[in-house]
Amino acid sequence: MNMVKLRILFAIGIFAAAFAFCFSAYASLGGDMTSVRDDQAKLQGTLQTTSKASYDVHEIQATSGIVVREYVSHSGAVFGVAWHGRTHPDLRQVLGASYDQYVKAVQAQRAQRHGRGPLLIQEPGLIVQTGGHMGALTGTAYLPQSVPAGVRPEDIQ
Amino acid sequence: MRAYPSGIFLALGIFACFVLFGCGSSSTASSSAGQGTTSTPVSNVQPISVNAGPASSYIDGAFTSVTVCVPGSTTNCQTIGGILVDTGSSGLRILSSALTVSLPQQTDSSGNPIVECTAFEDGVTWGPVQAADVKMAGEQARSLPIQVIGSPNFSNVPNACTGQGQPEDDLSSLGANGLLGVGQAIQDCGTFCTTNAANQATYFSCPSSGCIGAIESLAEQVQNPVASFATDNNGVIVELPAVTGAEATVSGSLIFGIGTQSNNGLGGVTVFGTDPYGNLNTTYNSASYQSFLDSGSNGIYFLSTAATGLPVCTNITFLYCPASTQTINALNFAQAGTNGATAPVTFMVGNGGSLTNSPVDTAINNLAGPQPNNFDFGLPFFFGRNVFVAIDGKSTPGGPGPYTAY
Repeated sequence: MNMVKLRILFAIGIFAAAFAFCFSAYASLGGDMTSVRDDQAKLQGTLQTTSKASYDVHEIQATSGIVVREYVSHSGAVFGVAWHGRTHPDLRQVLGASYDQYVKAVQAQRAQRHGRGPLLIQEPGLIVQTGGHMGALTGTAYLPQSVPAGVRPEDIQ
Repeated sequence: MRAYPSGIFLALGIFACFVLFGCGSSSTASSSAGQGTTSTPVSNVQPISVNAGPASSYIDGAFTSVTVCVPGSTTNCQTIGGILVDTGSSGLRILSSALTVSLPQQTDSSGNPIVECTAFEDGVTWGPVQAADVKMAGEQARSLPIQVIGSPNFSNVPNACTGQGQPEDDLSSLGANGLLGVGQAIQDCGTFCTTNAANQATYFSCPSSGCIGAIESLAEQVQNPVASFATDNNGVIVELPAVTGAEATVSGSLIFGIGTQSNNGLGGVTVFGTDPYGNLNTTYNSASYQSFLDSGSNGIYFLSTAATGLPVCTNITFLYCPASTQTINALNFAQAGTNGATAPVTFMVGNGGSLTNSPVDTAINNLAGPQPNNFDFGLPFFFGRNVFVAIDGKSTPGGPGPYTAY
């Protein structure tokens, strides 16, 4: 193999590694346990898991000063995410594939509002709410069609 | 061909990711902030008004005006109206588009500008930290770090900021020319931002090559102007008259100081100890929730349809829409480990859809909406009350802050 081909292969390798590193983490809500571990790595947090009757809660204590809880059904799907702390987590990260839908809905809701207050986004297949105030912010997001039977939305907190 | 260990690809990938996407780094910062030293009895009464605000569309917002000067100057000054009084945050933030004086930029030790991403319940504000002498009534905070929101000099908002929420960097998205944060906390971030450069996603050092997380000392952080006043610096009182149903506009006062002059005594109010951010607790239907008194929220936002039985409005998911006005009874009590105070609280929930449909009234006493697991007592709660906010660590006749009282 000549040096030119080797260099091309090497460059492709670097690009592929960079691409994988940067984007593999962007999947959470609607993802699987792989995405929970990705979130833990991206948020640089410690992970603690508690089991409920029909789901597990993976709590990530992030170094950014927030707590993120991910709700995973026994079939392995992340159906809800909740957080609280001094800021919001990277919503691109925790909302995953639902992020763009969330952004569009926030813009639409702003046009309806007559002042500042918590957000409550109710889209087909996606609920997101952010609230609290400076230093003590909160939020939840869930996929209503993926919530296991018998689990109430208020349980995601 | 020679085999490259997979670790090399991972390391190069991480490196390339940092180069491509600016994953973050550390730096140190320094700048200046001063303390005032003056005077005896000064005017401590700042007029406030509930009106439609500078965007002409606000309901249940209390606005005031603030004078900012280039530090040390008495002539290079500007008085800016349409500033929202916000007991739920700390620090003065002014839209760049409303600011005509040129204020000095805070920089880090390398001379790079410091820019802040501030997270709120409904979005983020992004803009540089600059210094101003801030004047209200007869009070002054000298060389106070403030945030200038939406500066065209820093128009590229990093992903680390937009990931926390959608920017509120212009008049239509902010709803005000600025926010006057007079909550319990002195700084808007606190000790977390003094030690944690890469992960805090609040303060950034922004050389032309891009923004990276920055350590920010307490003195450098954007902070509650009242705490920096020479006098009357232990808190504020928000005083608004009672509103019957809805009124076109009402006027009131923001009083500086608690028990420091003849006009700001505690009288017969109940003091509720809070955490450093102003949180207390509220019990409703035998369950307890975090709560806070936030003049910067334009309604009483609490719990959910499931918890209250109140339906949300069709197509307006952020407001409750009961068929007829409902009365809510709850119990406020002090944060655990503080003074143990309790007192009942009663408020009304009207039909948010009809109340905000073609609004002509800007002061509405029964606007409310959902906020799961929280009680956010927004501006309607303040009508007909004097609400005290005692700053964290400051002494008052009701004991040291932080507390809220009404």
